[in-house]
Amino acid sequence: MSIRERLSGNEAAAIAMKQINPDVVAAFPITPSTEIPQYFSTFVANGTVDTEFVAVESEHSAMSACIGAEAAGSRAMTATSANGLSLMWEMIYIASSLRLPIVMSLVNRAVSGPLNIHNDHSDAMGVRDAGWIMLFSENNQEAYDNLIMAHRIAEHKDVQLPLMVCQDGFITSHSIENIELIEDDKVKEFVGSYKPEHYLLNRKEPIAIGPLDLQAYLFEHKVQQANAMRNAKKVIEEVAKDFEKMTGRKYSFFEEYKLEDAEIAIVCMNSTAGTTKFVVDQLRNQGIKAGLLKLRMFRPFPTEEIAKSLSHLKAVAVLDKADSLNGAGGALFEDVTSAMYVNNVHVPTVNYVYGIGGRDTTENQIKSVYDDLLEIVKTNKIDNPYRYIGLRK
Amino acid sequence: MAYNLKEIVANKPSRFTEGHRMCAGCGAPPVARMVLRALKEEDHAVICGATGCMEVSTFIYPYTAWTDSFIHTAFECAAATESGVEAAYKSLKRQGKLPENGTTKFIAFGGDGGTYDIGIQSLSGAMERGHDITYVCYDNGAYMNTGIQRSSATPKFADTTTSPAGKVTQGKMQSRKDLAQIMVAHHLPYVAQTIAVNNFKDLYEKSEKAIYTEGPTFLNVLSPCPRGWGYPTDELMTINKLAVETCYWPLYEVVNGKYKITYKPAKKLPVEEFLRPQKRFKHMFKPGNEWMIEEFQKEVDSRWKELLDLEEMTNKE
Repeated sequence: MSIRERLSGNEAAAIAMKQINPDVVAAFPITPSTEIPQYFSTFVANGTVDTEFVAVESEHSAMSACIGAEAAGSRAMTATSANGLSLMWEMIYIASSLRLPIVMSLVNRAVSGPLNIHNDHSDAMGVRDAGWIMLFSENNQEAYDNLIMAHRIAEHKDVQLPLMVCQDGFITSHSIENIELIEDDKVKEFVGSYKPEHYLLNRKEPIAIGPLDLQAYLFEHKVQQANAMRNAKKVIEEVAKDFEKMTGRKYSFFEEYKLEDAEIAIVCMNSTAGTTKFVVDQLRNQGIKAGLLKLRMFRPFPTEEIAKSLSHLKAVAVLDKADSLNGAGGALFEDVTSAMYVNNVHVPTVNYVYGIGGRDTTENQIKSVYDDLLEIVKTNKIDNPYRYIGLRK
Repeated sequence: MAYNLKEIVANKPSRFTEGHRMCAGCGAPPVARMVLRALKEEDHAVICGATGCMEVSTFIYPYTAWTDSFIHTAFECAAATESGVEAAYKSLKRQGKLPENGTTKFIAFGGDGGTYDIGIQSLSGAMERGHDITYVCYDNGAYMNTGIQRSSATPKFADTTTSPAGKVTQGKMQSRKDLAQIMVAHHLPYVAQTIAVNNFKDLYEKSEKAIYTEGPTFLNVLSPCPRGWGYPTDELMTINKLAVETCYWPLYEVVNGKYKITYKPAKKLPVEEFLRPQKRFKHMFKPGNEWMIEEFQKEVDSRWKELLDLEEMTNKE
């Protein structure tokens, strides 16, 4: 029997980490993810986990220590947000290039500057091409479930890549919601033990990791990384199937909410999907065929599947909770429209940058996006595809 | 304990092998070789290298000069990386997850760039956390890997590519940072300053103490660079000797806070003996620049006196 609880997103992440019982956790506090290492420290202090907790002096060192620990042959985890991730940035690339399946809980927050501690996705978008698998979570349940699935995906021999589980800072990290937890023994069995093929602490087979890798080989090594990311898709599917068998909870690359017969749809990630579902239900009551595509797997990006899923629509709005400051669209918009173009899907698509620095995104604002989409369908005209939601006039 | 250093050097296999691409006359390879020679033969080691000359010349894919396990991640985080390896070892050992019995030791190597400057935060953090790591700084007194730029370890007046001897400023205008003292201030069980001289005795013995003292330990090893310092490649050992005999680079150790100067020259040579053979100090010997040598000598003298005082002070009953 699963355990019914009421937990915040941070508590859910910390409980998942407790059940995973990693060998090493190295973390540095930063709002709004601070609670995760805090809760975890009490598990360490009370001996409820076997973990060696490394209370590093910075996030750069947190990721460096995770790399050392994972390369040594242990399971290493961390948690961070915003500037913490920015400070790790150099090591984020090194972790994935060394093919180390480190798992991170990323509690999304606006990257400075100016300083802001609230939610948007600018932190995650800054590392979107760093070779990490990136899973997004609508609520505490998904943040928990994604973490339970994380090691099985990251450590798979065809993958061996680091993975981050994202959730929205404060909106889910600090909101207490109902959650179904899995029993400790079931998690232990599901996650399994980590048996790396080569590791630093194997005295029978000393290895060297992290060479100077010049023109002769770096290209091939990067292609291996790219292929590992491609392989991750299949593994993410397989692990989700096993997870469904254990819990009854179904996970795919994305969730299609009333999308099948929809004419207009929003594409978004994390907690905004909850608000959007509420609006979709209201619109459906009024006879408007609105739908939602909530992306869970942002890296690898499910190009063909997204294009196919959106192909029948009359208009699409892609919501980016980070501005790419490129004079064009947000990162999610660019990925979605590129996927559609390459797969020969031609649906009028617009981009909305929203919720920057924790700006509240209301149901009325989401409804106004659907109104805009109806207008696009009616007039068959898009005057400006790059738009904002909730911007002060 | 009585031992024959020559025998050890001759009989212990080198764990840092030939084939690396360090320059002729570079001070760093003998340091790496001798530090690792201090390991017990039966012990395994995980070495971490900061980005720098030593790393990029010893581990070029698909070759490595290291016979122990080796990891390199980035420039500023050898100490943090190695602290993760050590934490994993503790964790796995405690949980009975390591398949083999036996001891593994943890040694990190960084140049002065990766240690004094960009890596000092990572180093300070790892030392404060008490990891069982020996951190070895091979101090060649500038960022040699990128082409001889000044570091906080560069001695005053040295001509580097970012502190050139020009018409207005004459080389680096600031004194060098004293990293060994900063490490002492971390209250580590063992901190030492050493160099490869006199059949490597000092270096070998301090390495052995550092590696086999439980907890975080630190070795600062002066490691001349023929390109950056401008001496003939066959003069490495002479330069090392002059650094010690002039007290530019005092040899000492600090065991649980107690200072011990491990070599006191019978006759302290004037520092210009050390400066003269090096091109980086050439401008100091131009007529009218005598004040620079005087000032350099004053600083060497005051630092040497400070060390003598510390030795006396910390050994009082």
